[in-house]
Amino acid sequence: MKNPLDSLGQTVGLGVILTVVVVLLIHVIA
Amino acid sequence: MELVSYEWWALCFRWLHILSGIMWIGHLWYFNFTQTPTMPKIPMELRPAISRFILPEALWWFRWGAMATIVTGLILAWMNGYLGNAIKLGIGDGNAKFTTIGFGMWLGTIMWFNVWFIIWPNQKKVLGLTPANDDAKKVAARTAGLTSRINTLLSIPMLYCMAGASHFY
Repeated sequence: MKNPLDSLGQTVGLGVILTVVVVLLIHVIA
Repeated sequence: MELVSYEWWALCFRWLHILSGIMWIGHLWYFNFTQTPTMPKIPMELRPAISRFILPEALWWFRWGAMATIVTGLILAWMNGYLGNAIKLGIGDGNAKFTTIGFGMWLGTIMWFNVWFIIWPNQKKVLGLTPANDDAKKVAARTAGLTSRINTLLSIPMLYCMAGASHFY
């Protein structure tokens, strides 16, 4: 399987998904 | 606000933090958005211009930009009185600002660690600054490249937190 980090588009996509996860965590914790 | 007051010094460190952060992340994005995708298109005889002249210079500003960013960021958080709250992600504080800046600081700290303890030691092998055979150089280039991609990924939520901490809360 190809590493998603080899694709710049997939790297940015994963970054956006991680941002959503962080936003949810902030609202759960705070 | 008085000039040369405590608040002015805190603003000064915020300004230095932003300047050095742009120096760092600007170079990170240059590597990932411009240099790495363009390298295969550059004719072989021209590639040493990148690897021998541009890359060492860019890596210098990149890693020292990272160092200046974390130092000024820690001083800024300490001056603003929320360093401890941010380190524990604001748990138990009931203040979303501490949680938000805490996530930003932890993401930034992981990225700083990656620069100084994974990317730079491996790039030194690629550049021939530390001894390595051709196979070791290939592994080092792959490790540095993937870690640089991880930092690009992490920079997206990190910047959300940095902007969000003063924008929303």
